[in-house]
Amino acid sequence: MNWRLLALAPLLFFAVFFLYPLFAILRLSFAGGLAGVAAALAEPYYWRVLGFTVWQAALSTALTLAVGLPGAYVFARYDFPGKALLRAIATVPFVMPAVVVAVAFGALLGPRGLLNQALQALFDLPRPPLRLQGGLWLVLLAHVFYNYTVVLRLVGGSWASLDPRLEQSAAVLGASPRRVLLLVTLPLLLPAVGAAALLIFIFCFTSFGVIVILGGPRMATLEVEIYLQTAQLLRLDIAATLALIQGLCALLLSLAYTRLAQRAAVPLGIQPQAAVGRRPRRPRERLLVGANILLITVLLGTPLLALALRSVLAPPGSGQLFSLAAYAALGENRTGAAFFVPPTVAIANSLRIAATTMLLALLLGVPTAYLLAAPAMQNAKCKMQNAPASSDASRLRRTRRPHFAFLDALFMLPLGTSAATLGLGYLIALSMPGLGWLRVSPWLVPLLHTLVALPFVIRALLPTLRARSPGQREAAAMLGATPLQAWLRVELPQIFPALLTAALFAFTVSLGEFGATLLVARPDAPTLPVMIYRFLGQPGALNYGQALALSSILMLVTAGAFLALERVRPPGGEL
Amino acid sequence: MRRLICLITIALLLAACGQPGAQNPTAPPIITPAANTVPTTERLVLMTHDSFSVSEEVLAAFEQSAGVKVEVLKAGDAGGALNQAILSKSAPLADVFFGVDNTFLSRALAADIFLPYESPALAALPAELKLDPSSRLLPVNFGYVLINYDKAALAEAGRTPPTSLEDLAKPEWRGQLVVQNPATSSPGLAFLLATVAHFGEGTDYSWQDYWRDLRANEVVVSQDWSDAYYTQFSGSSGAGPYPLVVSYSTSPAAEVFFSEGKLAEPPTGNLIVPGGSFRQVEFVGILKGTAREELARRFVDFMLQPEFQADVPLQMFVYPASPAAALPELFTQFAPVPEQPAALTPEAIEQGREAWIQTWTELVLR
Repeated sequence: MNWRLLALAPLLFFAVFFLYPLFAILRLSFAGGLAGVAAALAEPYYWRVLGFTVWQAALSTALTLAVGLPGAYVFARYDFPGKALLRAIATVPFVMPAVVVAVAFGALLGPRGLLNQALQALFDLPRPPLRLQGGLWLVLLAHVFYNYTVVLRLVGGSWASLDPRLEQSAAVLGASPRRVLLLVTLPLLLPAVGAAALLIFIFCFTSFGVIVILGGPRMATLEVEIYLQTAQLLRLDIAATLALIQGLCALLLSLAYTRLAQRAAVPLGIQPQAAVGRRPRRPRERLLVGANILLITVLLGTPLLALALRSVLAPPGSGQLFSLAAYAALGENRTGAAFFVPPTVAIANSLRIAATTMLLALLLGVPTAYLLAAPAMQNAKCKMQNAPASSDASRLRRTRRPHFAFLDALFMLPLGTSAATLGLGYLIALSMPGLGWLRVSPWLVPLLHTLVALPFVIRALLPTLRARSPGQREAAAMLGATPLQAWLRVELPQIFPALLTAALFAFTVSLGEFGATLLVARPDAPTLPVMIYRFLGQPGALNYGQALALSSILMLVTAGAFLALERVRPPGGEL
Repeated sequence: MRRLICLITIALLLAACGQPGAQNPTAPPIITPAANTVPTTERLVLMTHDSFSVSEEVLAAFEQSAGVKVEVLKAGDAGGALNQAILSKSAPLADVFFGVDNTFLSRALAADIFLPYESPALAALPAELKLDPSSRLLPVNFGYVLINYDKAALAEAGRTPPTSLEDLAKPEWRGQLVVQNPATSSPGLAFLLATVAHFGEGTDYSWQDYWRDLRANEVVVSQDWSDAYYTQFSGSSGAGPYPLVVSYSTSPAAEVFFSEGKLAEPPTGNLIVPGGSFRQVEFVGILKGTAREELARRFVDFMLQPEFQADVPLQMFVYPASPAAALPELFTQFAPVPEQPAALTPEAIEQGREAWIQTWTELVLR
């Protein structure tokens, strides 16, 4: 039973760093009565905003899945040159602040962007032929751009761990490839696909930067309205009401998913990744792989490349084509400012915070995931005894205590909670006597990031943990292995890909987090996104150039860290 | 296995260096008390917004003479930082707050978070900047929000800049101007206030009429200054499509300053037209509940003294409140102070702001 005690740590963390600040801001918001609740609920405008918020999130999720699932398949089942690099590139958008993504799209598609310049030069056109217009399609494009990697990692990871013999058996028994996909593969992948869809939906549901910057001022999600009511008008009661509605939606959705995922979990045993990848041979396979590589390159690669290219292009009329002046300027304190931070320090800050976040999120997330997966394990045992009678198993599963499902959904809530509201909650909570030290502590930013990273860690681990078959571990125990040995030698290698995915998510969530960091980061310890934001806040070619240079550095750091982390292998090596 | 151990070790090491400033000699040890070599030195905490900046030597001189270590707590943008100060007033996180502007002055005073201080330096400041008669908020600097134009784009089109705000609503300037949403951007709000002051309310041609016409004339609305200036405006390095943007009177000078010596002339110009600019004044105040009021007063004095005042222009690209502070050549050449800025009292702004933003949103966005 001591593993349950282990789960107390994440619960305590969750209560102190999430529920308490949330409670603090809600108490303050409604201190003056509930008039704001009634006012907000009676206002048809907010219901329209809610409708739009749901609609664009659903559309974004569907689109991302449609674009991402073939990619997940290709990355799971085929080996091809540059695979690791492409996977790293796909992660980079995830850490880019929205304003940088806007700059990247502008650098590619803007009136003097690379594409327009190329078209003008090619066809000798007097005016730029393409016009970048904000609006829904740009928002959807940006949401796909951001979330592609979520599908690739969550679904692709699960797919790679899926025993291919199941599909092969079905094929041998005469099922067409389509039937295999629809009746065998997809049902088995359902928890992972659902996890990815849930994360993406909530991510888009609470979208702020993308909506505000790329969607244009006529577009508003609930999060945007909450921000306006909080930061500009200080109407905390209305903001809190909207935040509660938003949180409630996220909670209900998570609850629905949790029930689905528990029902769909089938303990099958997990195949280590290396065993299933193969090179594409037939023309159709090559076409599929090639098309997905092309998609990643065009959709995700070109805006990033345009940004990087812009950062090294010399200003027009300077006589040179390339210039590293902006990079050189990063290291100089031109104005002798007291808060000058060289880029190396910002890189170190970002990496240190991301590493701390990763460790914290794993320390808290792994026990939580085990706790949440535990009931499925007990059922798995029953299932093993009852062999193929799956209807028995599902009946057993339904008898499960419902508070686990609720707990599971609750841990998703930080992602669905308004950042503007929670940020203020933190500040209020931290202004209680005796807590002021935390406000200036270097631990505050990693702790905040951990809160956002936890849902990703749990979602990345749970499908795999629920799919574990206890058979191998029990066999190890029968052969005399201690529980620790059995876990280290048998279970760890099995769950390692999921663990790695969880770690990578925690790391990248932290690298890219911007809103909360800006609010609480110490001026001598900004992260890369905060520094980029500062440069973009001032006019002048050098500021713009330095923002682009730092963005390129952020991309390199992300891709580099990603490649390094991906090389980690479980102890005991390949199975 | 070795790789895994190696990686965990690296991650732990990275995480363990949780005390920045301590291992980083180039950054000034601002916050960490542990990095403080003289244990007897007192600390003074300044809460401010993200754009605050000061020269290292100017700040160091104050710290030396006052025997105090100044910690700076940056708390997001100007509005966000003030909200933080208001919400944490029961247990203030800082001793001094810098960065309340005249659009938020009334809210800050009504929240009652500042202590009055009649600084001797106040006498030398122009009366028009001293907007708080109770001397709880003291002016430190000011700047102007106005329209910048892209010189090259207008020259290429063979046109001269518009000569009045009214011109911008005429067909010949259709689809040329970028403004910011006043609900999300401080220059956006300032420009809206300029039009409110210029056209008035309930007049023959009110500010509402003007914005209705601007909308019909395809004014472009951005959510924040960075997007408007770098993504939409053609005169910046971002090279967007539109030649007119709401920005600051010091932006052309900043373009020269941050051109790496390549520009002798700014690529952009200030559109100085009647009623077309709004003055933003920034204030400093001592937070109620400070245990170091005496030191806080010394710091406020320091911010109003010539050393700090002369440092203001090139650190924050605004004008110093003290007329005695010398302006750098860059400012006298390229950032002349616009005449007749829009006049609205802080009380009028506080009373009208929410409704004006609401009306503006209905008129221009919905």
